[in-house]
Amino acid sequence: MSDLHAQTAPFVRDTMLPPDPPPAMQSGAVKWLRENLFSGWLNTLLTIAGLAAILFLVQKFLPWFLHSVWDAGSITECRAIIEERWGPGAEGACWAVIRERWPQFLYGFYPAELYWRPVLAFGLLLIAIGPILFTQSQRAATIFIALIAALTVVSILALGQYNVLALVFVAALVAVQVYAPRRLMIFTLLYPAVGFWLLWGGSVWVPVVAVLGFVLGWLAFSLVQPRGGSILAVVAAVLVPTFWWLFAAGPVAGALQGVVPLGIEAVRSDRFGGFVLALTIGVTGIAFSLPIGIILALGRRSDMFLVKTLCVGFIEFIRGVPLITLLFTASLLLNYFLPPGTNFDIILRVIIMVTLFASAYIAEVIRGGLAALPRGQYEAADALGLDYWKAQRLIIMPQALKISIPGIVSSFIGLFKDTTLVIFVGLLDPLKGITDAVRASIEWKGAYWEPYIFVGVIFWIICFSMSRYSMYLERLLKREHR
Amino acid sequence: MKKSVFLGTLAATTVLAGFASAATLDDVKARGELICGVNTGLVGFAAPDANGNWQGFDVAVCKAVAAAVLGDASKVKYVPTTGETRFTALASGEIDLLSRNTTWTFSRDTDLKFTFVGVNYYDGQGFMVRKDLGVSSAKELDGATVCIQTGTTTELNLADFFKVNNMTYQPVPINTNAEGEQQYLAGACDAYTTDASGLAATRAVFADPENHIILPEIISKEPLGPLVRHGDDQWADIVRWTLNALIAAEEYGVTSANVEELAKGTNNPEINRMLGTEGDLGTMIGLDKDWAKRAIAATGNYGEVFAASIGESTPIGLARGLNAQWTQGGLLYTPPFR
Repeated sequence: MSDLHAQTAPFVRDTMLPPDPPPAMQSGAVKWLRENLFSGWLNTLLTIAGLAAILFLVQKFLPWFLHSVWDAGSITECRAIIEERWGPGAEGACWAVIRERWPQFLYGFYPAELYWRPVLAFGLLLIAIGPILFTQSQRAATIFIALIAALTVVSILALGQYNVLALVFVAALVAVQVYAPRRLMIFTLLYPAVGFWLLWGGSVWVPVVAVLGFVLGWLAFSLVQPRGGSILAVVAAVLVPTFWWLFAAGPVAGALQGVVPLGIEAVRSDRFGGFVLALTIGVTGIAFSLPIGIILALGRRSDMFLVKTLCVGFIEFIRGVPLITLLFTASLLLNYFLPPGTNFDIILRVIIMVTLFASAYIAEVIRGGLAALPRGQYEAADALGLDYWKAQRLIIMPQALKISIPGIVSSFIGLFKDTTLVIFVGLLDPLKGITDAVRASIEWKGAYWEPYIFVGVIFWIICFSMSRYSMYLERLLKREHR
Repeated sequence: MKKSVFLGTLAATTVLAGFASAATLDDVKARGELICGVNTGLVGFAAPDANGNWQGFDVAVCKAVAAAVLGDASKVKYVPTTGETRFTALASGEIDLLSRNTTWTFSRDTDLKFTFVGVNYYDGQGFMVRKDLGVSSAKELDGATVCIQTGTTTELNLADFFKVNNMTYQPVPINTNAEGEQQYLAGACDAYTTDASGLAATRAVFADPENHIILPEIISKEPLGPLVRHGDDQWADIVRWTLNALIAAEEYGVTSANVEELAKGTNNPEINRMLGTEGDLGTMIGLDKDWAKRAIAATGNYGEVFAASIGESTPIGLARGLNAQWTQGGLLYTPPFR
């Protein structure tokens, strides 16, 4: 019985069979290739064409990059070295032009012994905007600021121009960020004066007196407001500093300089060039075009006829005119109308024009963001009893700006790249001005691609960082549940 | 009505601007600095070196004028100007003097209201072709593609030349000299045309200069020289005679090396008058009597400037040709210092 049972008991597998590997055509790299590159005759054809194009480019340009020469005194020397190393007829990149002239590409004709000043100004700029860039995360801000501070210190030391005061100042800022983070915002507000002073130098009293104008404006506002109301206070807050800057600031700065002569070597605008110039114009333009753009956008949506007309007129005029026209106006036409002997700094004129130009575009971008907000948001703000400015600040703008981030950053990137147009008014921008100036020396005449590639790479790094940051910001501010 | 008011205002402003800048010499002296418009970069004529010091043939004129007027050749603020901005910069008073390889033409002199004070380089437009094109004269260029810089007199000269010779050509417009070289080398055009001095400089830095030839025809006259605004003759005189002093110095054998010694007095009254040991030519143009001596000491005479920046010993290697002294068969001829 049991025997029978034993022989008739069915076979029961107590372990799983190992799975067979999928067919070779349906797995791994082959599958990926089939699905993505060769999924039909058209795609196969396109893939092959694409590969051929890449191969062609690599074959054409790779040798040029591989045959790079970094160490030569002139383009002819470069060619001799390339011929000697890789045989006659070989072509190669002559990066020696960058190696020898890189300070010019970065600093223009800024005095060489003062290179630490633009470096410090740029480092401080990043430190100053650190708290704004990373408002959501104290830790990220601290890491960013410490990193930038370290880089700044290293760069200044690498230049061999170490300036104890500057280094101590940078260290102090990091300490402030670590121990009293909110105080760093004071430095952020003061940065424009600090940056201006570091770049242009001269008496320390000039920026101090200029900042004093803002303090006076604030004082006027807070003194007038309780007695005369908001509108009068705003008028006073605009008029008092304007008069101060126009009439009193110069003599006061001169007098203070006479009493306490404090200052660093002045550097004139015609010494600016290269990326120092591009960043000065670009950063100032970016910093000022955003607030002006916001005001213009609000003005355009305003119910007040005059405000609205002015804003629309300004925006449409500026957007309808090419930037180069504005630059020509700034550099050449203004001189006809200003009183003779007026020395209105050319970089300042260009900055003003670039800022106005960018702010018109920003205004339209922000108007797009405002238009995207549902009416309910405005009504909710009214229902809460907020006045116009509070509603804008607390409810409308945060949402509108968030929607506009990609557009705003695009405008900023465009503005930064547009700074190269200043070559048309004789300022030496990095892309063409400095490149042409370098090529005008007989040693480097004929070095065509290398300077462009070098300058292009730096522009790309800066613009790509801006773009990445904007994506980070968008992710951070994402509130909807989609 | 409105339009005329506007135009009237514009005219008044222009006149005012003209008045205001009438005494350029006083402005320059008060400022302690000469503002000189130069090229943004042209090999041999104007280029900043690695330290940002401007050098070159056109820059030397700025230096000489600064030395004559201010006593210091380094007191110059160089304003790089482009082909588009140069004339407006001068007219608006942004610069005191334009020394930027600018061709002296009728309309620029009269219609644009400038005063060309002389010629510091006699140039002319030429052609460069590849040797294997088998062309030995510009008259054989019928049907050729030509790389040509837009917006310059060279573009018009080219059209004139082909029209006169009943030939056709296909222009390849380019923007800058560097781009032109690149296009020409890449084979985008058969011939490259620009001023002969520029062609020589371009060819000098090619990897294979022996495979390119500059055709013998010079199809235009390009007298290049410094210029100032209309309406300030004293300032024009100063620039004119500073340039003349450099040219005359070469003629009389005064160099930067021996000018100090010759200024003590020579037996050539012309040199004595120029260097201020005899007479007082300097006061006639509002300067002191050592003005020419300082100018020559600062930059050297015309021949020295030429040799140092674009001459045969430099890589550009231009021969003196038309730019030799009249005694050597060239066109340089200064009126007497008397």
